[in-house]
Amino acid sequence: MSKTKNFAVVLSAVVLVCCGALILGQKVNAAGEGKITGTVKLDGTAPHMKGIDMGKDPFCSKAHATDPGKMETYVVGSGGGLENVVLYITEGLTGPAASQTATTEPVFDQKNCMYTPHVLALDVDQKFKVTTSDQTTHNIHPLPNPMTGNIPWNQSQPPGAAPVEKSWKAPEVIPVQCNIHPWMHGWFVVVKGPYATSDSNGAYTINNVPPGSYTVTAWHEAAGTQTQKVTVAAGGSGSANFTFKAK
Amino acid sequence: MHDMSAHAVPHGAPTSFIRKHVFSLDHKVIGKQYYALALLAALIGMALSWIMRIHLGWGSFAIPGLHLLSSTGAPGNVLTPEYYLQLMTMHGTIMVFFVLTTAPFAAFGNFFLPIQTGAEDMPFPHFNMMSFWVTFVGFWVLIASFFVADGPTLGGWTQYAPLSAIGSVGGPGQGLGVVLWATSIAIFCVGQLFGSLNFITTTLDMRCKGMSLMRLPLTAWGWFITSVMGLTAFAVLMPACILLILDHVAGTSFFVASNLVINDQVLPHSGGSTLLWQHLFWFFGHPEVYIAIVPGMGIVSHVLITNMRKPMLSHRVLIYSMAALAVLSYMVYGHHMFVSGMNPISSLVFSFPTLVITIPSTIVVLMWLGSLYGSKLRINSASLFALGFVSMFISGGVSGFFLAQPSIDIMLHATYFVVGHFHLVMGVAAMFGIFAGTYFWFPKMTGRMMNETLGKAHFILSFIGAYCIFMPFHYLGIAGNVRRYQAFTDDYLIPLIPVHKFITVAALVTGFAQLIFVYNLIHSRFKGAIASDNPWQGTSLEWSTATPPPHNNFGDKMPVVYHDPYQYSVEGASADFIMQTSPEKINSPNEEK
Amino acid sequence: MAKIFAVVIILIAIASAVPIVMHWWPMPQDISVHGTLIDEQYADTMLEAGISFLASQFLLAFFIWKFSAPKPGERVKNFPGGAAGLVAAAFLLVGTEVLALGVFGTKAWASVYLTPPAANAMPVQVQAGQFAFYFRYPGPDGKFGPLHADQISEANANFFGLDTTHDQDSKDDIVAAELAIPVNREIHLLMHSKDVGHSFYVPELRIQQDFVPGLDVTVHFTATKIGKYEIVCTQLCGLGHYNMKAYLEVKSQEDYDAWIKQQAALQ
Repeated sequence: MSKTKNFAVVLSAVVLVCCGALILGQKVNAAGEGKITGTVKLDGTAPHMKGIDMGKDPFCSKAHATDPGKMETYVVGSGGGLENVVLYITEGLTGPAASQTATTEPVFDQKNCMYTPHVLALDVDQKFKVTTSDQTTHNIHPLPNPMTGNIPWNQSQPPGAAPVEKSWKAPEVIPVQCNIHPWMHGWFVVVKGPYATSDSNGAYTINNVPPGSYTVTAWHEAAGTQTQKVTVAAGGSGSANFTFKAK
Repeated sequence: MHDMSAHAVPHGAPTSFIRKHVFSLDHKVIGKQYYALALLAALIGMALSWIMRIHLGWGSFAIPGLHLLSSTGAPGNVLTPEYYLQLMTMHGTIMVFFVLTTAPFAAFGNFFLPIQTGAEDMPFPHFNMMSFWVTFVGFWVLIASFFVADGPTLGGWTQYAPLSAIGSVGGPGQGLGVVLWATSIAIFCVGQLFGSLNFITTTLDMRCKGMSLMRLPLTAWGWFITSVMGLTAFAVLMPACILLILDHVAGTSFFVASNLVINDQVLPHSGGSTLLWQHLFWFFGHPEVYIAIVPGMGIVSHVLITNMRKPMLSHRVLIYSMAALAVLSYMVYGHHMFVSGMNPISSLVFSFPTLVITIPSTIVVLMWLGSLYGSKLRINSASLFALGFVSMFISGGVSGFFLAQPSIDIMLHATYFVVGHFHLVMGVAAMFGIFAGTYFWFPKMTGRMMNETLGKAHFILSFIGAYCIFMPFHYLGIAGNVRRYQAFTDDYLIPLIPVHKFITVAALVTGFAQLIFVYNLIHSRFKGAIASDNPWQGTSLEWSTATPPPHNNFGDKMPVVYHDPYQYSVEGASADFIMQTSPEKINSPNEEK
Repeated sequence: MAKIFAVVIILIAIASAVPIVMHWWPMPQDISVHGTLIDEQYADTMLEAGISFLASQFLLAFFIWKFSAPKPGERVKNFPGGAAGLVAAAFLLVGTEVLALGVFGTKAWASVYLTPPAANAMPVQVQAGQFAFYFRYPGPDGKFGPLHADQISEANANFFGLDTTHDQDSKDDIVAAELAIPVNREIHLLMHSKDVGHSFYVPELRIQQDFVPGLDVTVHFTATKIGKYEIVCTQLCGLGHYNMKAYLEVKSQEDYDAWIKQQAALQ
C-alpha cells in the first residue's frame, strides 16, 4: 500500500515539474520574440489565368454561375502584390524555436469546388483540418514523395462529412488534388519553424522569430523560390521584400 | 473395371483431440470444417451486404458501431464512398470464393463423395487436410486486409487491371489491400487444386466393387465435373494472381500499359496489357460460375429424386448436360468482355457458344420439370429448397438470353441487370442448393434431424425475399442503373432510389430469415431428434452406412454395389426403394446394363 | 405447404412480369440512329425470355400443386415422350430460338462495331481519367496535335498533355469538359484513358464502350434529338467512380457553331 502511495507522490511531482518547465519555457521564448515582415510582388503584368470549365458537375457550375472560376496559379492584388507565397526560415533557426510545433489548427476548405486557401503552409507535425462546404463529393488526394516519410492518402468527403484531421511528418511541398474535380489543385507547403503566407496584397508577417540572423525563403508554386538574409533584434522586427517574375 | 478400387493411405482412427477435430485426415471432418468456414464466411458476407444495402437506401444513416470496423472508412458511422467499394469487393470475394466454392463443392463433396463412391477415404488424406488448412489461411489473409492501414481493396471481386496493379495511387486499399487479396486468392487456388486432385482420383480410382461410373449418384457426378473444371480454372487464376502481386512488389508491368498518369505523375510502369488480366480472370471466372452451380445441380437432383420417389427421366442426359456446361464454360468467358475493347469480331465469336450453353441448361431444367411430372412429391425443407433452386435457376437463366447477345449487352453491361442475373443464378440458386443439401444431409452428418417447421419458415421467407431483392435489380438495370455506385446522383438515376429502398428492406428481412437457419443448425446439432440411418429412405451409399458414419465410412465391411443409384418405385420390387447395396434382383427400366 | 408454395411461385412470376409489361422503369428513350436495331433485338429477346420464364415457372408450380399429394397406392408415372422428347424439344425450340437471336443480334452489333464511320464523320477525342471525362475538338485545321503523357498537368488545366508551344497541330485544339455535338451528324469518337479502366455509357445513345489504358478505341454514332444527356462511367475506376460523369449536349448546327466559337475563345 505504502509503495503505491510513494509512487503516486513521485509521479505527481514529476508531472508538476514537467508542466512548470513547459509553461516557463514558453514564457521565456515569448518575451524575446520578434518578427519578419515584408511584401511580395510580381514584376510586370499578371499572366492571364485560364477559366475553368466545371460543366462536369452541376453543383460546381451553379456555384460559379455569376463568377466563373479561374486558375489560381498567379493571384495578383491591385498593387502587384502576389498572393499564396509561402515565406519561411531556412537557415539560422536554433534551439526551441526550431523544434517547436505551431499549435494553431488551420483549415483547408473545399468551397465551391475550389480549395480555400489555395496554398496552405504548415509546420511539421502541425495538425490541420480538411473540411467541405460543398453539396457535392470531393476526394482529397495529396501526393507527397513517400521517400520523405510523408504518407500519401486519398479520402472522399461527401456533403456534410466530418472534417478530416491530419498532419505531415517531414518538410515537403505537397501537391493536393481532387480527382473527382480534376481542376481542383492546391498545395500543402510543410516547413520547419515559423512561416507565413502572403495575403492578397502580397504582405506577410512571420511571427515568433527569436532574435538572430536568418535566411528567409519565399516559395511560389510557379515562379520558384528566392532567398534573403534578415536580422531580427530582440522584440523587434526584420524586413524582407521579394519580387518575382512570372514564368 | 469393377474391382479397380485403390485404397487410401491407411490411417487409423485418431485419438487425440487435435488429430480428431483440428488436423484431421478424415474426409468427413474436413467436409464439416469446410462447411463451418463457409458458414462463417457467409455470415460475414451477408453482414457486408446489409451495410451496403442500408447505405444504398439511406446514404446518411449512421449504423451504430460501424466506425469500430474502420474509423476512416466510416467516420460518424456513415460509409465513405471508398469504404463502400471496399466492403463491396470483400462481399463479392468472400461470397464467390469462400462460400459458393467451398460449401457446395468442398464441404459436401468432401463429406459425401468418398461415401457415395464406396471408398474408405480420399486417396491422399494429407493433401485433403492441407486443402482445408490452406483455404483457411487464405480466408484469414483476406480478412486481415480489413485491418491494414488503408483497408481492403476497392477494385471489385474481378479486380480489373490496371486499377488493381498500380498501387495505392489508384485509391485506398489498392496497395497492400490488393496484395493481400491476390495472396489470399492464390493460396485459395492451391487449396482447391489439392481438393480437385483428390476428388478426381476418388471418383476414378476409389470406387467400391460394383460401382461403375454410371452407377455414381448425380451428386458425385456434379462434384467430379466440378473438380475437373476447378483443376483447370484455378490453375489459371493462381499464376494470374502471382503476376498481379509481382506488379506490386517486383516492379513488373504485366497488366499496366505505358504512360499512365495519375495526379499529374507518370506511373513507373510500361508495356503491360490491360486486357490480359481480363482474359486470364474470366478464363477462370466463367468456369467458376459453373463451379458454384454444378454441385448444386447434383445436390438438387439427388434431393429431388429421393423426395419424388422416382429417378430422373434420364440419368445419362443429366450427366452429359452437366459435362456440356463444363466444356462450354471455357468457350464463353469472352461474354464478360463484349464492350471491353477487345476485337468486336471476338464478341460475336463468344456470343454463339454463350447462346448455345442455354441448350444444356434448358435440358437440365426440362429434366427436373419432366421428372416432377407423375412423381409422389414429398414436401420437406430439403425438397422445398431444391424446388426453389429450380425456380431461381430458371429466373436467373432467362436473363442470360439478354446478356449473351453483344448488341443488348451494350445497354445492360455493368448495370444492375447483370448483378440481378448472377445473384439469382449463381448466388441465390447455389445458396438454395447448399440449404437443400444441409436439410437433407444434416442427419447423416451429425446424427440428428433439423427442425422442419423452422426449415419451412426459413424457406418461404428466403424464397419470397430473394425474389423481392433480385427481380427489381433487373428493372433497375434496364433503366440504365450502373452497378458499383455508392450513391445515385445522376439525374436519370434519382427516380430509381425508391426501388433501392424497397430492395434494402427486402434484404434486411431476408437476411434475418437466415438467422432462423443458423439457429436451427446450432440448436438441432445439440438438441435435434436422433436420426436413423436412412431417414429419407434413400438408396445411395451414404444411406447404407451408420449415422453418423464411422471413421472409415463403412465399418469393417466394404460395400458392394448391385444397382443404379436411384431405384425408386420399381415395379415388382419388395419395397418403394432398392438400395444400391441390396442384392435383390429387380427388373427396372432404369438399370444400366 | 406445397399448395401455398405453388401459389407463391405463380404470384411471383406474375408480379415479376408486371413492371416489364407496364413499362414502369423503361429503357431510357433512344436518340441514336442505330438504337432501333438494339431496341428491336431487346424487345424480341424480352418476348422469348418472358414466355420461357412464365411457362417454366407456371409448369413448376402446377407440377408441385398436382404431384405433392399422391393418393395412397398411386404409382409414379413418366412424362409422355420421356427424356428423348424433352431433349429434342430443347434442341429444336431453344436451339432455334437462340440461333435466331444470335443471327439477328449480329446485325445490331455490326451496325455499331463492324461498320466504319462515314468519311465525313466529325472526329472528337475523349479522354477518361480519375474521375472526369475531357473532350478535344481538332479546331479549324481538322488535326489533333500529339499527346505527351509527361506534360499532362491538371494543375495547369492541360488535361490532355498538349504542347501548344511546339506542336503546330495542337495550337488550335479545343478542350472542353462537355461533349457538345451537332444533331444528325455522325460523330467518330476517339477514346483513350489517361490512367485506369473507364467506360463511356450514354443509355439514350445506346452506346457503351470501355476505355482500355494503353489502347485507342473508337466508336461512332449519330444523335437524332436535341437535348442534354448524361455520360456516365460504368467501369469501376476508384473511389469517385459514381461521380464520374459528363454531359452530352446535342445541339442544332447553329448552336453548335456558336458553342465551339465560344470554347475556342476560352482556350
